[in-house]
Amino acid sequence: MTYVYAFLFCGLVCMISQLILDNTKLTPGHVTSLFVVIGAFLDIFGIYDKIVLYCGAGAIIPITSFGHLLVHGAMDVASELGPLGLAFGIFDLTSAGISVAIVMAFIIALVLKPKH
Amino acid sequence: MQKQEYKKIVDNNTPKENYLKNAIITFIAGGILGALSELLLRGYMLWLDLPRKESGVLVILTLIIIASILTGFGIFDVLVTKLKSALIIPITGFAHSMTSAALEYKHEGLVLGIGANIFKLAGTVILYGVVSVYFFGLIRLLVMGG
Repeated sequence: MTYVYAFLFCGLVCMISQLILDNTKLTPGHVTSLFVVIGAFLDIFGIYDKIVLYCGAGAIIPITSFGHLLVHGAMDVASELGPLGLAFGIFDLTSAGISVAIVMAFIIALVLKPKH
Repeated sequence: MQKQEYKKIVDNNTPKENYLKNAIITFIAGGILGALSELLLRGYMLWLDLPRKESGVLVILTLIIIASILTGFGIFDVLVTKLKSALIIPITGFAHSMTSAALEYKHEGLVLGIGANIFKLAGTVILYGVVSVYFFGLIRLLVMGG
């Protein structure tokens, strides 16, 4: 059943973003920023955790989960250290994704030539 | 020629995007990507005997690596024109924006080209993510008590 929920949630998020792109003058940059903020906002009230529970990876791969993971890392440390923990823990869970993306982008830029 | 008339002519001649078709394509393509990731997540949990959280991170890493390589060979751009935001909104779009920025500014050198421009598009995601987390996090800590 998780597969069906994963399909529905991921499809719905992509469709909403496409509708925003088609019907307004916002660019993909605006929409991804907006979705990260929405993900962080939903996670503050624990809503995104519930979505991840039901939709599995379907809720992990959209960019909304980036905001969710930032909040999680920050709040986990903040629960021990107080407000200072926000600064210490914010990249705890997203560091893998960001660092791999940086290294891959660098290697590929070194090895390959841009296609036009 | 009047400005309004001119605008009318321009509007009539710009190709109309089929919104409904775009929406259905992105829904199905995004959904398939989500379901495949769930399959991959289950696979990692089973084969590598990892907990759910770590498997989720591995799924994200797998998608980032695939998206970067496809971007390097120019395949990703072809796919984006067909599937549109079904590939931009998942984490693949983040990897794509970094790799394409690095490739595009390669000719300006290692530091001023790749180094200065790699976060050109991905930076906005990190910026607004971090700022909103500080904002929301402080509210939760101070108002809701953690």
